Amino acid sequence: MNAQPLGAAEALVSLIDASVHFGRVPALQEVTLTLRRGDCLVLLGSNGSGKTSLLRVLNGLLPCSSGSIGFGADPASAAPHRAGPLAAMVFQKPFLLRFSVRWNILLGLWLRGVPKAQRRDRCDAALRRVGLLDLAERSATALSGGQQQRLAIARAWALRPDVLFLDEPTASLDPSAKREVEGLIATIAAEGVTVVMSTHNLGQAKRLATRVAYLEAGRLVVDLPVDRFFNDVLPDQATQFLRGELAWP
Amino acid sequence: MSTVADSLGMAITLVMQADGALLQVVGLSLHVSGMACLVGSVVGLCLGAWLAVSRFPGHGVAVWLLNTLLALPSVVVGLLVYLLLSRAGPLGSWGILFTPTAMVIAQSVLVVPLIAALSRRLVMSALQDGGDQLRSLGASPMQAAFLLLLHERMGVLTILLTAFGRAIAEVGAVMIVGGNIDGVTRVMTTTIALETSKGDLPLALALGALLLAVVGAVNLLIGALQSRGGPRTEALA
Amino acid sequence: MAMISSQRRTAFVASYVIALTCSGLLLDQAQARDKFIVMASTTSTEQSGLFAYLLPAFKQASGIDVRVVVLGTGQALDTGRRGDADVVFVHDTAAEEKFVADGFSKKRLPVMYNDFVLVGPASDPAQAAGRNIAAALSKIARSGAAFVSRGDKSGTHAAELRFWKVAGVDLASAKSAGYKDCGCGMGPSLNMGSASNAYVLTDRGTWLNFKNRGELKVLVEGDRTLLNPYGVMVVDAAKHPHVKSALAQTFADWVTSPAGQKVIASYRIGGEQVFFPGAAK
Repeated sequence: MNAQPLGAAEALVSLIDASVHFGRVPALQEVTLTLRRGDCLVLLGSNGSGKTSLLRVLNGLLPCSSGSIGFGADPASAAPHRAGPLAAMVFQKPFLLRFSVRWNILLGLWLRGVPKAQRRDRCDAALRRVGLLDLAERSATALSGGQQQRLAIARAWALRPDVLFLDEPTASLDPSAKREVEGLIATIAAEGVTVVMSTHNLGQAKRLATRVAYLEAGRLVVDLPVDRFFNDVLPDQATQFLRGELAWP
Repeated sequence: MSTVADSLGMAITLVMQADGALLQVVGLSLHVSGMACLVGSVVGLCLGAWLAVSRFPGHGVAVWLLNTLLALPSVVVGLLVYLLLSRAGPLGSWGILFTPTAMVIAQSVLVVPLIAALSRRLVMSALQDGGDQLRSLGASPMQAAFLLLLHERMGVLTILLTAFGRAIAEVGAVMIVGGNIDGVTRVMTTTIALETSKGDLPLALALGALLLAVVGAVNLLIGALQSRGGPRTEALA
Repeated sequence: MAMISSQRRTAFVASYVIALTCSGLLLDQAQARDKFIVMASTTSTEQSGLFAYLLPAFKQASGIDVRVVVLGTGQALDTGRRGDADVVFVHDTAAEEKFVADGFSKKRLPVMYNDFVLVGPASDPAQAAGRNIAAALSKIARSGAAFVSRGDKSGTHAAELRFWKVAGVDLASAKSAGYKDCGCGMGPSLNMGSASNAYVLTDRGTWLNFKNRGELKVLVEGDRTLLNPYGVMVVDAAKHPHVKSALAQTFADWVTSPAGQKVIASYRIGGEQVFFPGAAK
């Protein structure tokens, strides 16, 4: 945390030895991680490895049982979630309200206190970028799986977040929908939004990530830039994971 | 069983004659129970939503109390409201005992626990699906609760229908606070009780059939509204 | 925010329904503006059908609506004590005199009287038929035949207890085998009596209107002690200032006036006179 190399990006969220326990079950164990602006951090790991818990801790949705979390460079400043970076989250199964597509986005903007004058334009802009503008009046629950996920992304994007969290966003989608969603995530990352995403899909990790973290049983085992992650020699567990998964690009 | 057959025939005759007194009684039943559900839903939905998302010491006791009040007999509610509204009681100066307003108050008290308990469960179950997402969008716990009630509006409608059924079918509370005054506070259930006590059992059964028919008509109307949502309105759980 | 049109439709219908429901409230307020008094009376009087005949005549004469709350005599007097009624019209002279003595009314005015009859199964197992109620009751007690009592502090119940006493039967110590205390009104007691072929003491008015007779018929009538006097009492404004004393007094005066007494005497059920004028001349 001390000597930052010149030109290193601003730290958005710093975790030090963060642990999360659900009763006696440890979901995260002593994870130390700093999320920097501009990162596209992909979390890899098998089910139950703690990816979702880590995402939720970084987002402020889940409190740590021990350890510390700081928003901004100083880990001691455990400011409340709202004072930290603006975050939005997309879940594997998008939760949309039983109203129109447009209304779902307007709701997100209203909850964040975006002034009324701007809401309509930002909503339409977001819909246009994900290609759902002509479906704006349709009931959100009548959309296909891929369309719903694109809507969830549009909803998050319209908020102009500093950080976008995604929890296995393409896991339930068919291949063409997967590609569409990946494309959107790449566009968002290219615009400068910091992205944190968990996935099973190694090919996705290779395509999108600037940095990859591997979790096993709640511990952060590896945390490397993407090119080093896929080329260097890794601890055994990680290597086994990669080999096991490599069959599915 | 000939009494039952007689009664069904009588029920149909009553409807066809559309006697003024009968219409007045049916209208008053709908008015009193409808208003009670309106008032009860405002209080009950807020209470249920709040209990679903709030955390405070004694929360468990509050939920236990709510669930226990579900079993409050209507006669007891009637008695409590009567003691409140009686001239000798604290709110006697309002002078509303033996009026339809008193009946609305009594039935509201009756349905609030029902609406609150059911809406609390509805919100809690909906929170499991969407609570995280709404929180991540910046909704406060109460905002999330109300958004989910809007989201599950068909569930809310079903809760209100259940409450309406409970209200319109009860006799203990309205009898005590209304006094069953002919032309003023007589509703379908108190009329049925009266005719039974007079020994006119076929008429009592006929009115009972009529009561069911009225509630059935209300349910049909709600069902029509649901399906008018059309293919746009998704499968209503 | 734009909602889909089916929701607009739902919102419209919902507001329509709410408007309809609320309009009932306006009707309620409108009713409240008419002149009216609240009268506490008994189930037996109401079920005889007298009020449906008498009160419209009063309304025509005075323009005042009488809203009748129908309870047992004990409850009716309690309602008067609490000030929830403006006038009380019951048939239990002893209880009424206590009401006046306690200061809840200035005066009890006698209005009319009807009579009680003893009904029972046509087969008459206790051989109670006749003109003497005390004798009938002691035969019923000795034979252990089924008897349904109201047991509800009503005027009828009070009368029943007086007759048992005269018959020399001490209910407290030895209830006869068939004695059933239902704590209910006249109609439900008759229902129970009809279902279990029991003897029941009832007022003639309720009996004439009662439709579920089964095998029951009138077995004892005509005994002078079976006469049942009614009194009307205006609740004293000194105890309850809000009471509509003037309007209530109008009712009390009318019902004891020659005009009111004539209406009472002319009430018939199946051609039979049920109530007899009894006002002080």
